[in-house]
Amino acid sequence: MAERASPLIVGAGPAGIRAAITLAAAGLRPSVIDEAHACGGQIYRQPLALDGRDDRARYGSDAAKASRLHRDFAALGTGVDYRPRSLLWNLGDGVADVLRDGVSQRLSYDGLILATGATDRVLPIPGWTLPGVFTLGGAQVALKAQGCAIGRRVVFAGSGPLLYLVAWQYVKAGVDVAAVLDSAPLSAKFNLLRALPLAPGIVLRGLRMAAELALRGTRVQLGVSGLRIEGEGRVARIVYRSASCEHAIACDGVGYGLNLRSETQAADLAGCAFRFDPRDRAHLPVRDVSGRSNVAGVYLAGDGAGIAGADAAEAAGERAALALLEDRGLPHDPPRADVLERALATIDRLRDALEAAFPFPSHWAAGLADDALLCRCEDISAGEARRAIGDFALTEMNRLKAVTRIGMGRCQGRMCGAAAAELLAAQTRREVGAVGRLRAQAPIKPIPLAAGLSVDERQHDPAH
Amino acid sequence: MTRRIDCDVAIVGGGLVGSSAALALRSMGFSVVLLDKGFCGAQASGVNYGGVRRQGRPPEQLPLSQRSHAIWPRLQQLIGIDGEFLRSGHLKLARSAADMASLEHYAADVAPFELDLELVGHNQLRERFGIAGDIVGGSFCPGDGHANPRLVATAFAAAAGRAGAEVLERTKVTGASRTFEGFALEAGDVAIKARAVINSAGAWADSFAAAFGEPVPLERTYPSMIVTEPLDPFLSVNIGIEGGGIYARQVTRGNVVVGGERAAPLADSDFSRPRSDGVLTIMQRASELFGPLRHAQAIRFWSGTEATMPDRNPVIGPSATTPGLIHAFGFSGAGFQIAPGVGEVLAELVRDGRTSTPIDAFSITRFSPASQPGDASQAAMTTGSKETSP
Ligand SMILES: Cc1cc2nc3c(=O)[nH]c(=O)nc-3n(C[C@H](O)[C@H](O)[C@H](O)COP(=O)(O)OP(=O)(O)OC[C@H]3O[C@@H](n4cnc5c(N)ncnc54)[C@H](O)[C@@H]3O)c2cc1C
Ligand SMILES: Cc1cc2nc3c(=O)[nH]c(=O)nc-3n(C[C@H](O)[C@H](O)[C@H](O)COP(=O)(O)OP(=O)(O)OC[C@H]3O[C@@H](n4cnc5c(N)ncnc54)[C@H](O)[C@@H]3O)c2cc1C
Repeated sequence: MAERASPLIVGAGPAGIRAAITLAAAGLRPSVIDEAHACGGQIYRQPLALDGRDDRARYGSDAAKASRLHRDFAALGTGVDYRPRSLLWNLGDGVADVLRDGVSQRLSYDGLILATGATDRVLPIPGWTLPGVFTLGGAQVALKAQGCAIGRRVVFAGSGPLLYLVAWQYVKAGVDVAAVLDSAPLSAKFNLLRALPLAPGIVLRGLRMAAELALRGTRVQLGVSGLRIEGEGRVARIVYRSASCEHAIACDGVGYGLNLRSETQAADLAGCAFRFDPRDRAHLPVRDVSGRSNVAGVYLAGDGAGIAGADAAEAAGERAALALLEDRGLPHDPPRADVLERALATIDRLRDALEAAFPFPSHWAAGLADDALLCRCEDISAGEARRAIGDFALTEMNRLKAVTRIGMGRCQGRMCGAAAAELLAAQTRREVGAVGRLRAQAPIKPIPLAAGLSVDERQHDPAH
Repeated sequence: MTRRIDCDVAIVGGGLVGSSAALALRSMGFSVVLLDKGFCGAQASGVNYGGVRRQGRPPEQLPLSQRSHAIWPRLQQLIGIDGEFLRSGHLKLARSAADMASLEHYAADVAPFELDLELVGHNQLRERFGIAGDIVGGSFCPGDGHANPRLVATAFAAAAGRAGAEVLERTKVTGASRTFEGFALEAGDVAIKARAVINSAGAWADSFAAAFGEPVPLERTYPSMIVTEPLDPFLSVNIGIEGGGIYARQVTRGNVVVGGERAAPLADSDFSRPRSDGVLTIMQRASELFGPLRHAQAIRFWSGTEATMPDRNPVIGPSATTPGLIHAFGFSGAGFQIAPGVGEVLAELVRDGRTSTPIDAFSITRFSPASQPGDASQAAMTTGSKETSP
């Protein structure tokens, strides 16, 4: 019998690492590719260079989990074929195209676990492209990976648990955090009571962070709207409305974000079916409780398949690996699978409550100023998008992209796609799930043309 | 409930061919229904490379191509946008003396059509066009150019709509049959009666033709495209290469679009994606030919579904089996430039039964020399699950 190729795991965050550990324990030697220089993913990201801080300083109360994950992965040694600084840019039938050090390589695999994680979701606001404005995640990365702050006096604005977490981490790092501006009203926060019995530790920790922020002099303002960032050439102040009054806060850095969005391009290229998920307000690859997608041999785990956080990512990564083992006819520990599924179900209920407590301000899209930049790669304003939607009677995302170029630039819609969908839905008075989703195309991220050197298989196309 | 529409002409397929026919027919006063199973201009017409060139076409296509050539600069008046059409010139490169000789032959062959071809030597290529690499020479067609395909067909369909055509998107024609007065078409919950039907269904046109007793050897092809991030301007002309390989143009925004190779269909063969080895080959060739591309990033790859005929000429003209049915498909990788002219020709065929532009070479009968006009009223088709109703 010919030896089967190794499974491939994309992403070395909590989901990918747990998957790798599980597969390795069963005697397989998976390949793990990750764009980052070291394992850990978003939440347990490691510094680019040693900066004298320990895990406790870097990851706060998550330090123990971070250290354990890094250590467990390192302990696999040659038991995994780990490829850091490697970008997956395309997927074909059992073959992955991976860019490393400017060179493209093909990697055959049998079994694919996609653990690609999430990035910040934003709706544009006037001034959001001024230097000094970062996404919440970006602000956190600056702190975790580079040990630097985004400003001396900063404001965090938007929605989501990360809003408070990052603000608190900045305060802990000694930065002057002038304000936390939360789009959700106080009434939304009562949903935290629903979350309390499901995850008392997490909820109490969040409340403690908010309280500590207020104690240290950070203004915590709920129910804000009309956000706009002003300044000549860089951030000078942030303006917002609350209780129909306009306020301005002077600052030199802004962290802004509205929760997260899953990185689903790889799943799309792998042929996975998608469905609209109302909680995440996004089209997500279809998966069952075990992480199996609709494509045989393709498994989905972690925030890349739906936002659920780091603990869920670890559980889902392990669960997906068990599914892969089972499908490969290897020992796969069904009782453990049950435990993981139950844990994931609890987190799922927790997510319902958290999403209600930190809702996405979907009503902002209708009020988005015409001069706000919607697609920064292609330099397209909300007003231009609205005009095209009217002129061409557009109702579908890929048509909006074709006519306006939104989502056609370097980011391929990863930054602007969610916002464009909200705008299109608001403008055409549809549900955001009804305007479709941008079809993914390779490359997942830009690759240099020089990566094409040394190819042997060629065909000529005499047309043109 | 089924909606009934009565019209002069039903057009199956809202690509650039069908959309431009719809607009031309409206300007003649016909009532028109334009149907597309997806969105008008979202298939080949909307995702192609954007080359608007006559150079390189076989002589039999040139009268039609010249007719189209006169339309491109008038897009603003015709459809309300210029479609980013640039009369940049088309430069075809020769990599060997033999290729150069064939460019010279071609120039001589098509001299009567006044394309104003200019043969350019190696040194001039570098001085005038900044072309490096192992290129022997080239042939320059100053009147050719390029345009933005994403806009043109969509805008033709929108203009046809403004001019009074009924444009039905997301409406797949699932049945068509010849009736006593004309045709009956079924499309979802729409039933259409039409006196004439235009089959401009692109890569899906063969099933319609076959259903009316005219099978054709249509093959689906999927050219691969890549586009770079925006770069400083370095390429002022639309580039092609004798013998194939790649073709490239730089848009005003700075992005460079490069095509070549063949993509592979997805499980749903209406869609396709470039193959990795194909795009890597394109990237390699492009960076060898153009210095500024050596350090550029490619940001997106895509492909589209094209109808290709074995002789690489389209099928344009009346059906041989069914009066009132007119075919226009199979543009074999080169229908973008020619389509606006085809639209006018189709409108003339509907109105007059003939056209001033020679199209005999494109008759569908070339694939079935033995075919005889049959009993047209018997011809019927179903491409979907639905039964046809008379
Ligand atoms: C910036 C940021 C900060 C966050 N901070 C916190 C936090 O402090 N606390 C918290 O609870 N949650 C945080 N989150 C949420 C976070 O998504 C989850 O907690 C957790 O990291 C999810 O784990 P994961 O394994 O699913 O994905 P991730 O941890 O995101 O790991 C995915 C990995 O896949 C890699 N990858 C993705 N696509 C490719 C590709 N095409 N080629 C190669 N590699 C690829 C990425 O580089 C990444 O390393 C943060 C999210 C973001 C975006
Ligand atoms: C990637 C690529 C690059 C190309 N580059 C160039 C170039 O540079 N220059 C050039 O001149 N040409 C080029 N071409 C060729 C050119 O794009 C096509 O020849 C031309 O667009 C064909 O137009 P069409 O209207 O016949 O087809 P299409 O644009 O494909 O339109 C056919 C329409 O019919 C619809 N349809 C099909 N079946 C049904 C049904 N049952 N009911 C309702 N609607 C239906 C489809 O949805 C589709 O919209 C290229 C093609 C491709 C794919």
